[in-house]
Amino acid sequence: MGGGWWGEPAPRPDPKAEAMTELERKRGGAPVPADWTYAPAPEARDIVSLRERYGLYVGGEWIEPHAGETFTTIDPSTEEPLAEIAQAGPEDVGLAVEAARDAFENGWSALAPSERAKYLFRIARILQERSREFAVLESLNGGKPIRESRDVDLPLSAAHFFYYAGWADKLEYAFPNRAPRPVGVAGQIIPWNFPLLMLAWKVAPALAAGNTVVLKPAETTPLSALLFCDVVRQAELPPGVVNIVTGDGRTGAEIVKHPGIDKIAFTGSTDVGKAIQRELAGTRKKLTLELGGKAANVVFDDAPLDQAIEGIVNGIYFNQGHVCCAGSRLLVQESIYEQLIAKLKRRLTTLRVGAPLDKNTDVGAINSRQQLEKIEQLVESGRDEGAEIYQPPCRLPERGYWFVPTVFTNVAQSYRIAQEEIFGPVLSVLTFRTPDEAVEKANNTPYGLSAGVWTEKGSRILAMAQRLRAGVVWANTYNRFDPASPFGGYKESGFGREGGLHGLEPYLRFDP
Amino acid sequence: MSRLPVRKTYKLFVGGAFPRSESGRTYEAEGQNVARASRKDVRDAVRAARGAFPKWASMTAYNRGQVLYRLAEMMEARHAELADLCSGETEVEQAIDRVVWYAGWTDKLAQVLGSSNPVAGPYFNFTVPEPTGVVGVLCPEEPALLGLVTRLLPPLVGGNTVVAVASEAKPLAAIELAEALATSDVPGGVVNILTGLKAELAPVLAAHMDVNALDLAGADGDLAELERAAAANVKRVVHGAADVQSPWEVLSFLELKTVWHPIGV
Repeated sequence: MGGGWWGEPAPRPDPKAEAMTELERKRGGAPVPADWTYAPAPEARDIVSLRERYGLYVGGEWIEPHAGETFTTIDPSTEEPLAEIAQAGPEDVGLAVEAARDAFENGWSALAPSERAKYLFRIARILQERSREFAVLESLNGGKPIRESRDVDLPLSAAHFFYYAGWADKLEYAFPNRAPRPVGVAGQIIPWNFPLLMLAWKVAPALAAGNTVVLKPAETTPLSALLFCDVVRQAELPPGVVNIVTGDGRTGAEIVKHPGIDKIAFTGSTDVGKAIQRELAGTRKKLTLELGGKAANVVFDDAPLDQAIEGIVNGIYFNQGHVCCAGSRLLVQESIYEQLIAKLKRRLTTLRVGAPLDKNTDVGAINSRQQLEKIEQLVESGRDEGAEIYQPPCRLPERGYWFVPTVFTNVAQSYRIAQEEIFGPVLSVLTFRTPDEAVEKANNTPYGLSAGVWTEKGSRILAMAQRLRAGVVWANTYNRFDPASPFGGYKESGFGREGGLHGLEPYLRFDP
Repeated sequence: MSRLPVRKTYKLFVGGAFPRSESGRTYEAEGQNVARASRKDVRDAVRAARGAFPKWASMTAYNRGQVLYRLAEMMEARHAELADLCSGETEVEQAIDRVVWYAGWTDKLAQVLGSSNPVAGPYFNFTVPEPTGVVGVLCPEEPALLGLVTRLLPPLVGGNTVVAVASEAKPLAAIELAEALATSDVPGGVVNILTGLKAELAPVLAAHMDVNALDLAGADGDLAELERAAAANVKRVVHGAADVQSPWEVLSFLELKTVWHPIGV
C-alpha cells in the first residue's frame, strides 16, 4: 500500500485544539481553516487518451454490441461526456460466455499453473508501470480524489494481482488433500466505488484458480475496466480468458441468468444481492456476495483522540463515503463526547472538497446524479426525524455532483440514517456508556461487514473484536486493505471472502 | 399376568424442554402419535435457539468439545433404544463415532480454517472462524439416526445453535436423540427438534428473518422455492449430504472474521 493517506496529519497540526477554538470564537465564529487558500495542483490529464467510443472486449477482440445500443459515460465532477459505451445485450453476453468457455476448455485450465502465475505477475507489473494513467482515468470517470486513486486504488490493484499470481501454482498447499480444480467460467459484476480495485479483487483470484471470466464494470465507471483490456493485450493473455462487457443492470441480469456460467461473484447493494440470490435459487451455481454495510466505529474514552479523529474522517469521508465498509455510525463513549465532536467539527472545516484531479483534494465528486439524490433524500430524512446536522462552510463547484461532508448528532438508533446505508459522506453519531452497550448498538443492524475500535487497551481491542458481528474489525485504524487479508460480511452484508487464502475458495471446486 | 408397558408420548424438543405442539396436533409415524409442529412452534424454536446462541458460541472450544463428547456418552447409554429406531446396531455405532469425531474438532477448527495474514503495515492481521448464528436444518429422511447426526453436528461444532426438522417418516430416532441431548450437558435451546410435516415447516424456517443459515439436506419438493425464501435475509444455503464427515462441512456454517490489531510501542 502506497503513501499514508490514512492517519496522515491534518493539513495543519492541531496540538492546541482548545486555543484554536478560542481564536475562532474571537473571529466571530468564522472557522479559520476555511479561509486558507491553496494554489491549484492539478494532476495532468493528458496521460489518458480516450477513444470516442468503446466496444465490448470479447475473445480478445473489440466487438460492437449486437443491438447497437450505447450510452455516454461522464466525468461526475463536471458532467462533461467522456466516451460512448456499448450496452451489452443477451447476444453479446452469450458471445462473451462462449469465448470464456472456449478459452477455459481449450488451453487456460490445462496450462501449467506456473505459466498461469507468470501471466498474472505480468499484469501486476503492467499495472504498476501504467499506474499514473490508470489513477488519472479512475479519478476522471469516478470522481474520486487523485490522491486516493494514486495511493490506494492503484497500488492495491497491482498488489492483488501480484499476491494471487503466487497462489496459482500452489493451490494444493492451500487446500491439502482436497484436489482443488477450477470452477469454469466466472461471471463477475462489480460496483462503481473502486472500479479497478474491484476488478482486481475479482479477476486475480479467478484467474489464479484457473477460471476464465466475464466481467461487467458498473454502468457509471466502465473506463478503467476497458483500459484494463489493453493490459490484458500487453500481457498477451490468451484470448477469451478475460472478457469485459459493459452496460447497466440489464447486462448484469443477463450474466446472472446465463446457463453457461458456473459461478457468480457480485459486489454491490444488498437489494440487488438478494435479487441475484433469488435468481440463482435451484441452480446450484456457486455464489459470493459482497453487499452493503452500516459499520460502527466505536471510540472509547481512552482512545488516542487525534488519531481517532483522523480515523473517523478517513472512515466515512474516504472516497466520498462511497465505501461499503465505511464507518458510517460513530459510537462515542459519553465521557469524551463533547471534546470529540468539537475536534471532529473543526477537522471537517479543513477538508478540501473539489476537483478530483487536484492533488490537494480530500473529498471528490459524488459518483452520479442518482447517488447524489439518494444521499440528499436520506439526509433529509435525518433532519425530519430530528437529528442535528452539521456541515462545514464549504464552496462547492457549480457543475457536477457534490455533497458537503456531513455529521449528524443526536441520532436515535431507529432513524433511517442509523439503519440504512447512505453510501455518501454522511456520518451519524451515537453515544454509549459501557462496552456492553457499545456492542449491542454496533450489532443492531441487519448488516455485518466491518467495524472499528479505538482504544489504547490491547485486551479491550480483542474483547470487542470478538463480540462485534462483522467480517472485518479495524483497531486504531480504518478502511485499510491488503491482498493477504480476507474481506467479506456477516448477515445481510453477504457471504464468501475476497482476499487472502480464503478468497481462492469461491473459485475452486473440490472432490467431495 | 404380564405387565402392561408404559408408553412414551413423543413431543417436540424446544429450549431444553419437551412441549407438545402448541397447535395440539399430532400425526402418526412409525406406529406412534408424534407431535405435528406448527408455524408458531418453528418461531418459538428459533427464539429459543437465538437465546441460547451467545452462551454456546462463547463457550471455550475445549468445553464445547467435552459437552459434545458427553452427548456421545449419552448415546452409548441409549444404544439399544436407538438401534430399535433406526436400521440397527451398525448405524448407531456409526452415529456415535461421528459425534466423537466432531467433538474432537471444536478446538482445531480455528487452526485449520483460520490464518494469520502478512499484511504490508504495522498490524497483526488474523482471520478466525466464528459461528454464523441460528441454523435451520431439514434432516434427511434416511438414515433416521445417522442422517440426523450427520447434519446436526457440523453447525453445533462450530458454535451455532440449531432448529432441526426431523425425518417426517422416521421421527422417533430424533426424539430419542433429543432425550440424550437433554441429559447431556448441551445447554437448553442449543438444539431444538421439531417433528411434523416438512412441506408445512420448511417454508417457515426458510423465510424466517432470524435464521442465518439453512441446510436443505432433507428438503423435498420445490427446493428453488425454499432457496428464494432464504434470500430474504441472505441466508447461507447448504445442500448437505446424509452421510459425510469433514471439517469443510463445519465451514459451511462459519463466518470468517478478520481483525487488524495495531503493532506499536
